[in-house]
Amino acid sequence: MTAEWPLWEVFIRSKQGLDHKHVGSLHAADAAMAVENARDVYTRRQEGVSIWVVESRYIHASDPGDADSLFDPASDKIYRHPTFYQLPPEVKNI
Amino acid sequence: MPLLSYLLHLGDDALILGHRNSEWCGHGPVLEQDIALTNIALDLIGQARLFYQYAAEVKGDGATEDSLAYLRDVYDFRNCLLVEQPNGDWAHTILRQFLFSAYQYELYKALRESRDAQVSAIAVKSLKEVTYHLRWSGEWVVRLGDGTSESRRRMARALEDLWMFTGELFRPAPFEEVLALGAGVTVEALEEPWKAHIRRVFDEAGLDMPQTPAFQAGGKTGAHSEYLGHILADLQFMQRAYPGCNW
Repeated sequence: MTAEWPLWEVFIRSKQGLDHKHVGSLHAADAAMAVENARDVYTRRQEGVSIWVVESRYIHASDPGDADSLFDPASDKIYRHPTFYQLPPEVKNI
Repeated sequence: MPLLSYLLHLGDDALILGHRNSEWCGHGPVLEQDIALTNIALDLIGQARLFYQYAAEVKGDGATEDSLAYLRDVYDFRNCLLVEQPNGDWAHTILRQFLFSAYQYELYKALRESRDAQVSAIAVKSLKEVTYHLRWSGEWVVRLGDGTSESRRRMARALEDLWMFTGELFRPAPFEEVLALGAGVTVEALEEPWKAHIRRVFDEAGLDMPQTPAFQAGGKTGAHSEYLGHILADLQFMQRAYPGCNW
């Protein structure tokens, strides 16, 4: 094999699951082959009922180096959680 | 007994092709395709087990699926010649799978209506597996046929080597003739739909339908090529060297 096949990210929805979850990645020449490879590699033990694949190069990720500025500021904003608020007794349901 | 021969024939086809495919395990061109082919090998060996279990019941006399797989000699095997052909390169393996899966697809579709409930049940279950084998191998035929000049050359070569073995699939052995209207099917009737499928995929792959006669036959009546003996030497080694061994 002279040229390496591109890498694909695989997402599987399990029987009970509502969403597709990332399960791993694999190499394939095209999308059809990626779906079949995913079927053969990741659903051999009945792990799923639906497969999504996306070429890895189309996934844009946040920079781990930015984690401090992106995520830490949320750590002291407890008022963003509904549990922060006390409900008046008159309110039965929200 | 025609039913026993027929079950062995169906089981042997699946076992021998499954074994051939399993020879790729750890040697596939890429990890993903190694697993894909090994899955197919396991599907086929699973089908063989179902036929052998039923055959053992029909045969009685203490026969088991294991004794049928491991203790019969070359002349007792009823598989067609196509499935015992060597793996060759990836193109040979793919094309052999495609030609056979397209046949098995039509066969199992027809066997769903078998008058034998157990044969029909096995066909229903196996057809799902074969549908995938056919899709997978067909896509590879297109990919190689319509790929680079190298892949195309290899596919054309595989076709030249394997086509001659396809005629046997549609020429009934005596046990198939007897059972055609009962447990079995009329294999001659499978040829046209088989050819139509092959032609469709070949068109997409840019491959020409061979015009050469597919004359090689004999496997179904026990006249095998030199390869089956070697396959069995490998496949049956443990049971021959250590009779009754278990793990």
